[in-house]
Amino acid sequence: MPGLEVPTWDPETAVLIGTILLEAIVLYVGYGGLERLFGPYLMRILVGGEASAQ
Amino acid sequence: MLSSLLDGLGILGTSPEMLALFVGFGLVVGVLFGFFGMGGSFLVTPALLMLDYPAPVAVGSGMAFVFGTAVIATLKHHDLGQVDYKLGVIMITGTTIGIEAGRASVYYLESLGLAGGIISVAYVVLLGGVGAMVTRDALKGDGGGSVDHEAADQDLSEYEIPDIAKRIQRTVRIPPMVTLRGDVRVSAWVITAVAFATGLLSGFLGVGGGFIRMPAMIYAIGVPVPVAVGTDLFEIVFSGGLGSYLYGQGGGVNLGIVAPLLFGSALGARIGSAATAVVDADGIKIYFGGMLLIGAVAVGIGEVGSYLGNPTLELLGLVLVIGAAVVVAFAILYTTIASLRETRRRATTAAD
Repeated sequence: MPGLEVPTWDPETAVLIGTILLEAIVLYVGYGGLERLFGPYLMRILVGGEASAQ
Repeated sequence: MLSSLLDGLGILGTSPEMLALFVGFGLVVGVLFGFFGMGGSFLVTPALLMLDYPAPVAVGSGMAFVFGTAVIATLKHHDLGQVDYKLGVIMITGTTIGIEAGRASVYYLESLGLAGGIISVAYVVLLGGVGAMVTRDALKGDGGGSVDHEAADQDLSEYEIPDIAKRIQRTVRIPPMVTLRGDVRVSAWVITAVAFATGLLSGFLGVGGGFIRMPAMIYAIGVPVPVAVGTDLFEIVFSGGLGSYLYGQGGGVNLGIVAPLLFGSALGARIGSAATAVVDADGIKIYFGGMLLIGAVAVGIGEVGSYLGNPTLELLGLVLVIGAAVVVAFAILYTTIASLRETRRRATTAAD
């Protein structure tokens, strides 16, 4: 089995992982905003009233 | 500029059909993760293996997906004050070494040409074992096998430490001893051992390891359930991030897979999490156990198809693993909407 590897600095990989981190934060904030904006409207369509799903 | 960046990261290398498939699969996985608190992520790697991605790409991209999902969930639990950062830092140390050992094993097995087969077999055992455990618990009706949403909402002062954890805390008193949230006092070595074992599993299979680490934190360390949930997610951010970085250095992380999966799962997790307030998880848990068992059979069928060079069997395996997840996710959505409509109807009748 190869020896344990110490992570070395690799700008290309750092951008790749940073992009995933950024996407996750943007999705958390973005979907949160969309839920507040369209949540009640969507609930009216699905349930026929503003029943709380939270 | 944007297209060259996206091309360099691998997004444009994925066909529109595959992007749509990954967004849809991510949505399904997110609903399961949000509802059961576990389980979606370890369907991703076997599905990628069955789509003929090389083992390091399947495991590396699966781990990068887990990393992104953990970031989103940790942000939520941080807001609820359910993260023990001291416990998290010790767990990170043990898990880091475990992940590296697991990752090195994958590359070694890949050099021998055995990685795909052995990882698939490990998944059959894992999915089969967890699936059998969850199904048995669901049939017994004791609610084990996933995150207990009611317990996760309890106050820390109301939490009772399991007997086995009390016994471990009394027996293993090797210094340094650490005091955790909820007045839990335990040897740092117990925490490190739990962290290493689950890190090894994460590095080898590309899973978050939460479905092993969560019960281990509750029963071996004695951490209150809400703190175990929050700290586990905080820890996965680091272990998943480091694991993804190491796999990424070897070309094992494909953003064309991870980005659409995350796009779908972030939405699905919100829906699944909201559904827990409406539907009793125990009622659907038996389907979840069944889904894991079907997943185990599907990986086995896909592997036999691959060994025999039979594409029909490989396709059958892929359809089964995705189909089982889709059926359970739709069962959750259908039950949630039906429950909401019933509540609405009763409220209207009462008002009349």
